Amino acid sequence: MKLFVKIAFVALMGFAVYAPLSPLAAPLRIEITEGVIEPMPIAAPKFVGRGNGAGRYANEITQVIMDDLTGSGLFREIPASAHISGIDNFDAPIQFSDWKSINAQALITGAVALNGDQITVKFRLFDVFAQSDLGEGLQFVATKGSWRRMAHKVADAVYARLTGETGYFDSRVVYISEEGPKNARQKRLAIMDYDGANNRFLTDANSIVLAPRFSPNAKEIVYTSYETGMPKVFLMNVDTLKRRSLDEQPGMTFAPRFSPDGSRVILSLTERGNTDIYIIELATGQKTRLTSGASIETAPSFSPDGSQIVFESDRGGKQQIYVMPATGGTPKRISFGKGSYGTPVWSPRGDSIAFTKISGGRFHIGVMRTDGSNERLLTASFLDEGPTWSPNGRVIMFFRETAGARGAPSLYSVDITGRNLKQVKTPNFGSDPAWSRLLK
Amino acid sequence: MTSVKAVVAIVAVLGLSACGDDPFGKNKGGSDGITQSNLDPHSIAYFNETIGDTVLFDVDQSTLNEAGIALLNQQAEWLLEHPVNSVLIEGHADEQGTREYNLALGARRAAAVQSYLVSRGLTDARLRTITYGKERPLEICSDEACWSKNRRSVTVVTGGLGS
Repeated sequence: MKLFVKIAFVALMGFAVYAPLSPLAAPLRIEITEGVIEPMPIAAPKFVGRGNGAGRYANEITQVIMDDLTGSGLFREIPASAHISGIDNFDAPIQFSDWKSINAQALITGAVALNGDQITVKFRLFDVFAQSDLGEGLQFVATKGSWRRMAHKVADAVYARLTGETGYFDSRVVYISEEGPKNARQKRLAIMDYDGANNRFLTDANSIVLAPRFSPNAKEIVYTSYETGMPKVFLMNVDTLKRRSLDEQPGMTFAPRFSPDGSRVILSLTERGNTDIYIIELATGQKTRLTSGASIETAPSFSPDGSQIVFESDRGGKQQIYVMPATGGTPKRISFGKGSYGTPVWSPRGDSIAFTKISGGRFHIGVMRTDGSNERLLTASFLDEGPTWSPNGRVIMFFRETAGARGAPSLYSVDITGRNLKQVKTPNFGSDPAWSRLLK
Repeated sequence: MTSVKAVVAIVAVLGLSACGDDPFGKNKGGSDGITQSNLDPHSIAYFNETIGDTVLFDVDQSTLNEAGIALLNQQAEWLLEHPVNSVLIEGHADEQGTREYNLALGARRAAAVQSYLVSRGLTDARLRTITYGKERPLEICSDEACWSKNRRSVTVVTGGLGS
């Protein structure tokens, strides 16, 4: 049995980037390509606490890791009540037979140490049946306030080792928090962890705000606000809350998104009732028009390599999805099913487009290949709208609004397989979610 | 203000009240206790309630229908007689569309009203437009009875009254 554990040390306040696994290190693997029907049973006995007050953090961190993993729908927790033994010493040899007999395929062990304001979390992942480590042990060091992020980092590492794909747990969501009656809704920008924790409001309820989107490094957002009396795109730093209007010229602007390198913002601008797509260089403010004509062109989204733009247009008579070069040029229609298609978003892997489809009075979230083939509808309701991709492209978040005078929106997520539909907790009503990339 | 204008306006009120159905949604007093004769024909309340500030649109359309054109003719007449008012035309959509598309559709509706009023002699500079998309529904049920009232433009008159 391999007992030597190499711990990667990282600077205070920083987070480790773990070493790549050797190709031989991962015999245990869950295939998620076609959607998992039977989740993999895993066990994570309570992490060992070291130091005054460490026990509480150890409990919470173990819980968040397990919530992340089971929440993905790919893993099933073997509850502590079924465990034959616990882990009291992080460095002691593992009694694999105890975990094998309860059919835990993977075992996560960990330790949490407190030292003043500093917290250290280390973990190991084992293939129980092979009785071996899955990758190297890792250690994360940060301030106590970042304990949830450390838990998400551990869960991302476990997810990556067991699926072969990057995780999505250490990420944030910016969205619109809504309150009040339907005909006088108050909307505020809000930001939270992907799982709804650490919710924070970024604006007050004085102006309508719509559809925020993250910059690539998740430090800034672009969104639409009515604070000047008409819809205008603003850029805000989510830490300092400093904001500026992106376009001082006449006309209404909305539907902004960053380019993949963060240097430009693509948006739609309406003049004399006609809505077209423009790109603004953030450094110079230079604005370039990409579409023209009397039709509506809006909701643009870049391909991850920055070379193409997917958007919606009614140039064919009905709202449909088109792709064009990022420099402009002739758009090619890619949606051909029954009904209308809008809000296209390019996947982080580059191979799919998520969209909202309206057909027969119902709304759907769906995905298709970038050429429009392989259309699959993942959801259906009175009003499902506004998909956004998880950092690894495996999950889509969107909002669902219920019908009627008391109707209200909530955030939901669903796997791109259509499985694992669930509501995302927010303090108030929620709409227009946008998922960040993995945090650094 | 001249007495001649006031007489003409009251005649127009009586003419309107003869129409039985109200195709314009939030028009004309009555249910809220405002009687038409009580409104000063030079007041904004008269414009909003007696003439009517709201034009309705068909599903996913921004072309004006006959009822809309008839109403806008009266709006234009009143606005020409009260030239110092500032006018904001709001475009709205019902909830059955995606957010960005509805913003664009609301902008189209507001622009259609603006163009028509300009064709009736109003100067472009007086007429500003804004879209609210589906952000400010007037009615809140989720069926056609409400949706038909939410697909609208509203001509909002503010500022000093014409003298």
